Amino acid sequence: MSLELKGVSKQVDGETHIYPTDLKLETGSFNMLLGTTGSGKTTLMQIMAGLEPVSSGQIFFNGADVTGVPVQKRNVSMVYQQFINYPNFTVFENIASPLRVAKVPEAEIKRRVDEMAELMKLGPMLQRRPSELSGGQQQRTAMARALVKDSSLVLLDEPLANLDFKLREELRDELPKLIAKRNCVVVYATTEPIEALLFAGHTATLHQGRVTQFGPTSDIYRTPKDLISAKVFSEPPINTAKVVKEGNVIKLGSDIKWEAKGNLSNMKDGQYTFGIRPHHVTAQELGEQAIKVEGSVQITEISGSESVVHFNMHGNSWVSQSHGVQYHDVGSVAHLFADVSQGLYFDDKDQLVSL
Amino acid sequence: MKRAIPAIYILFLMLPIYWLVSMSFKPTTEILGSFTLWPNEFTLENYKTIFSDASWYMGYVNSMIYVSINTAMSVAVALPAAYAFSRYRFLGDKHLFFWLLTNRMAPAAVFALPFFQLYSAVSLFDTHFAVALAHTLFNVPLAVWILEGFMSGVPKQLDETAYVDGYSFPHFFVKIFVPTIGAGIGVAAFFCFMFSWVELLLGKTLTAVAAKPIAATMTKTASSSGYELGLLAAAGTLTIIPGAFVIYFVRNYIAKGFALGRV
Repeated sequence: MSLELKGVSKQVDGETHIYPTDLKLETGSFNMLLGTTGSGKTTLMQIMAGLEPVSSGQIFFNGADVTGVPVQKRNVSMVYQQFINYPNFTVFENIASPLRVAKVPEAEIKRRVDEMAELMKLGPMLQRRPSELSGGQQQRTAMARALVKDSSLVLLDEPLANLDFKLREELRDELPKLIAKRNCVVVYATTEPIEALLFAGHTATLHQGRVTQFGPTSDIYRTPKDLISAKVFSEPPINTAKVVKEGNVIKLGSDIKWEAKGNLSNMKDGQYTFGIRPHHVTAQELGEQAIKVEGSVQITEISGSESVVHFNMHGNSWVSQSHGVQYHDVGSVAHLFADVSQGLYFDDKDQLVSL
Repeated sequence: MKRAIPAIYILFLMLPIYWLVSMSFKPTTEILGSFTLWPNEFTLENYKTIFSDASWYMGYVNSMIYVSINTAMSVAVALPAAYAFSRYRFLGDKHLFFWLLTNRMAPAAVFALPFFQLYSAVSLFDTHFAVALAHTLFNVPLAVWILEGFMSGVPKQLDETAYVDGYSFPHFFVKIFVPTIGAGIGVAAFFCFMFSWVELLLGKTLTAVAAKPIAATMTKTASSSGYELGLLAAAGTLTIIPGAFVIYFVRNYIAKGFALGRV
């Protein structure tokens, strides 16, 4: 199965929410929509579901044009960030509701709901109301309702965002298993790059209503097409600085320089934006081409085995992420190492320089 | 001190009601003749008169009928209107919403004369329906206002989830949405009931005999056959009861409504 958007755009009151977008989503893996709040993930999903009409463009499902088809006839499922259940129905009736609407025989409903409840560990809660459940159970109910019918398109709009850490981890493990056996297109919206990496599959990075890049998740992570895609797909945010290439040397400010090795030497001389992910700026000397960097410390966050140091790097706010507890006083000078062999170079139009 | 002040306050509030109830058990001669804190000559005569005389008890029946019709009508009309205000944006929606409320700003007396003329012309005069319809003038805006608040408290995603599940709009509205805002409907119905129950002027103007409300009956008795204070007090006591009864049932919902900032 496949879902294809061709030139789909959305304007509301003269304001563009989604710029013309082409996307082809396939069955078999998670299709991640990655972007910050307000980047258009939810709008795009509503368009995919048929809840919102498009302003222009067409939507195809398995090659058939479904642009004007109402949501009721599209055979889709959706799970929202907020725990959405029918408050006046029991958990059983909540899960059974799409089957009831589809007039599935009673015995069949019972069997499928019980099976789904078993899978979602909701067995003992079936006769309760959603308001009597914990947040995690409520979201499981919503997911059970979405998965109980054999929909061809499953839309998950930040389904784990409102759950506590433990539950999130648990459901992150379970979700791919639940989806794996199904023949459906799965779209998953998230603000967290880590989630996109965990579910792998394909990722589309979104920024202010535009899909900036789409492809296999690992490709997007390793070779972001442009600076915006790199920024969307990096948490903590990717460190950037202006650098100048002159012959075999790349200079950052006046005091930091490194050799342009390998393919880098073919890059034209001139000014570039250099990007390096926080975990390549470390307290230890790691990697192929670690160079010394230093800057005054703004904040240090220590989370057990990991230290995140925010420091001032020639006027840019940089973040370093390293193993072990590395404590720095605020205002002191941190001495760190940046593995510049892992850096990315963007030209004056913020496009990645392919090497 | 902590208990004394609320106690005094409640006493202060309850005193007139106590006086009314106490009076209803006294014969009129005792009420007029002497100042007594409780009935010296305890009598149920007043109540007997009301329950046996059709001109009295039909007043309650008439009031009940038009109040019920009005409440049902107001809520039924307000439900779709409130849904539109809470879910859709359309040209002038905010102005229209405010304009609805302005209908409550004019005193009922303003509308009494045109209503009287119009209803007489279409022979609706002196029917329960006439009063019920006239009262929707201020009850529909009120119900829309209250229901809109409750509906806006329900996330739009609930509607969308239902559509995704395959529900059509009417099916969703009746089966899922209405039960979800049940508390709001209760509160709206309560306020419609209350305003319609206590409204006197339109009720009196638009009826003569067949649909005369209890409040009108009470005013007439006071003027025509001299002072029948005991009877009047009994009628007054009976008029309070339905309100108290309804308040008892919706008290939790009203608290919820206050929490939403709409009541």
